[in-house]
Amino acid sequence: MTVSAVFVSFSAPYQAHDNESASVDLDALAGCLSSSACLVTQTTSGLIIGMLLFLVAVGLTLIFGVLKVVNFSHGAFYMFGAYFAMTAYHLTESFALAMLAGAAGTAILGLIFERVFMSRVYGADVLMQLLVCYAFVLIFDDVVRIIWGPEFKSMGMPSAFQVMPLFIAGGVVPPYYLLLIGVALVVAIVLGIGLSRSRIGKVVRAAAHNPGMVSALGINTGLIYGGVFALGGMLAGLAGALAAPVRSLTPGMGFSVLIESFIVTVIGGMGSILGALIGALLLGLIRSFGSLGFPLFTEGLMYLFMVIVLVSKPTGLFGKEAA
Amino acid sequence: MTRTRKPGISRRSTLALMGAGAMNVAAPWVARAQAKTIKIGMPTILSGRVAQLGTSSRNAVMLEVDKVNAAGGLAGRQIEMVIRDSKGQPQEAARVARELVNTDGCEWLIDGEASSGSFAVHEVARDLGVLCVHTCSEASSLTADPKQHIPNAFRCVRQGIHDSIVGGSYAASIAKAKGLKKWATCSPDYAYGRDTTGEFTLYLKRFAPDVEVISESWPKLFQPDYTEVVTKILQAKPQALYSCLWGGDLTSYIDQANIYAMFSQMEVFAVNMADYTALTVVKNLPKGIHSGNRYIKTFPATPENAAWGDAYKAKYNEYPTNWSWQNATAVMFLSEAAKKANSTDGKKIAEVLKGLTIKCPFGADGTVTMRADDHTLVGYAIGWGTTIPQEPYVPEVKAGDWKAIFELEAEWKKSKGYT
Repeated sequence: MTVSAVFVSFSAPYQAHDNESASVDLDALAGCLSSSACLVTQTTSGLIIGMLLFLVAVGLTLIFGVLKVVNFSHGAFYMFGAYFAMTAYHLTESFALAMLAGAAGTAILGLIFERVFMSRVYGADVLMQLLVCYAFVLIFDDVVRIIWGPEFKSMGMPSAFQVMPLFIAGGVVPPYYLLLIGVALVVAIVLGIGLSRSRIGKVVRAAAHNPGMVSALGINTGLIYGGVFALGGMLAGLAGALAAPVRSLTPGMGFSVLIESFIVTVIGGMGSILGALIGALLLGLIRSFGSLGFPLFTEGLMYLFMVIVLVSKPTGLFGKEAA
Repeated sequence: MTRTRKPGISRRSTLALMGAGAMNVAAPWVARAQAKTIKIGMPTILSGRVAQLGTSSRNAVMLEVDKVNAAGGLAGRQIEMVIRDSKGQPQEAARVARELVNTDGCEWLIDGEASSGSFAVHEVARDLGVLCVHTCSEASSLTADPKQHIPNAFRCVRQGIHDSIVGGSYAASIAKAKGLKKWATCSPDYAYGRDTTGEFTLYLKRFAPDVEVISESWPKLFQPDYTEVVTKILQAKPQALYSCLWGGDLTSYIDQANIYAMFSQMEVFAVNMADYTALTVVKNLPKGIHSGNRYIKTFPATPENAAWGDAYKAKYNEYPTNWSWQNATAVMFLSEAAKKANSTDGKKIAEVLKGLTIKCPFGADGTVTMRADDHTLVGYAIGWGTTIPQEPYVPEVKAGDWKAIFELEAEWKKSKGYT
């Protein structure tokens, strides 16, 4: 069949197309806020975006809090987590093993990276640390390209989650995203309690505050630093693994996540886990509701929010004043 | 009185030598024109997010060049391809193109750049006067706009406006048959996404005037997460969705929309879906997505096309892309033109290329033509169909009618002030 049969109506006048969409659509936003279905869908949408961001950002903030290093190569761990998970899933078809591979693989990678490379630049200038990290962003991207190829990949959604979404108060919530939110919440609680209550947590906080004194007490600070870096890497890797079924995998995929994670840590306060959680959730909600009310300014809203926070509280929402 | 020549170099021969030297500096490819092999330079994207497309362009060119060389080369000269990475950056593409000609001695250029880079290479071709065939840029203005026209450049690529006309009319026929009046769009927020979506909806509304676009989303290029876009579209409750997302962005979007069961709630028209790069990557490809053809070995459904797709896969262990068939066609055109001109002189080849029709596996009727008046490819296989999750992925493609495309394209050119 040819398209000539498809050319049906020439009667309409030739219109110049209107390519401009409204930059502000407050009616849509107000309409959503007054509808429970829309509220549920958009709030969970914000939580999903926020929780994945939280997992990446919390590792970043943890490493900064303890090691005082801004880890610009953090996005690479997110990328490796996704690739490890995809490979494990395609080999075993087990979702649990895929998540484990993503988290454990990046933890080991983080430990090696910290011990072999980062530990050499702790006392160095910030610029030197930044250069080392940036070099590894490029190296890690190339390593992924060599191992898995330059083309984008997809892990695929495990069959257990290939189900119809749930309808809660009229809103749509995919079951996989409930799992994702749940995992991130568990991580937040375990980290929060672990760092404030457990003995290891106290040692880590002490090492962050005064590494010389901790070392003098006979505690191996190198081990703590390596462990924290591995934990940070693992959390980013877990985020990558959780994102793998719904995001395409490509060398360099960590970069955009890294930028947003930085916004989260800056808003929440560098070094604060609660700050990372609140910052990530706020950013998720801004994206989710912002896309309705300000469709052409959603990204701008995030930065605007960051500017407002920085102007009113330069250390971030939960950041501590410098001593 | 007779003048006797003084010994040594005369003023005239000095001038001649200086002139030849200047020619060598200004147009080195002319000086090397008699070399035994003919070097053809090719800037393309071999690293970064779209490296896969650049690699598939290189593969296709080499597949065809090997055939030409095995058959005796271009007018008796073997082809030597010099292929360089532009990293997808326009300024780098221009630099590489210039270097290929001036330093490497390439006599022709095959420009394997995406739109932004191809305009930069086009300017290099304008400046150096070297024969140049664009093989990847779909931006209509590259050849439609008379300001861009130069005698030595040709475009051997499908074109955005052709796709929009065929896509818009196909979508309108479905819209009328199924009563799809409320539409949403979701396309990447850069020139290609905006222009293609605008042109698609223009023709959709023209053929189906009842259609109303009730929601537009413009996610960033390479955005990792589309959740807020997906839920926004679900809130708007459209009956149909158009998207020109492509590559990894499209597969991410499908994976994320799939878990919201979006594809069961509306008809989806994704112009870039029917390309093996996307079709083979998506693990849970929904049935019934409407897509334009990019490259698919079952359309046109000819033994020649299937054989070409299989030969490519046998050699490179993956299926060709949309960029592959375009690059292969460019080599076919150049080979045929050299045969007809019995020469590799760029100017003669350019003259022959104008209006040249060749046999081609990717032609709608088994041939494709390099249209004389705007130096662009026409008559290639173009159509739309719906997906299934396994091979052949798009079992039936409705072919576009070139007569209708020509009419509407002429009208569009007029409305743009190009004619």
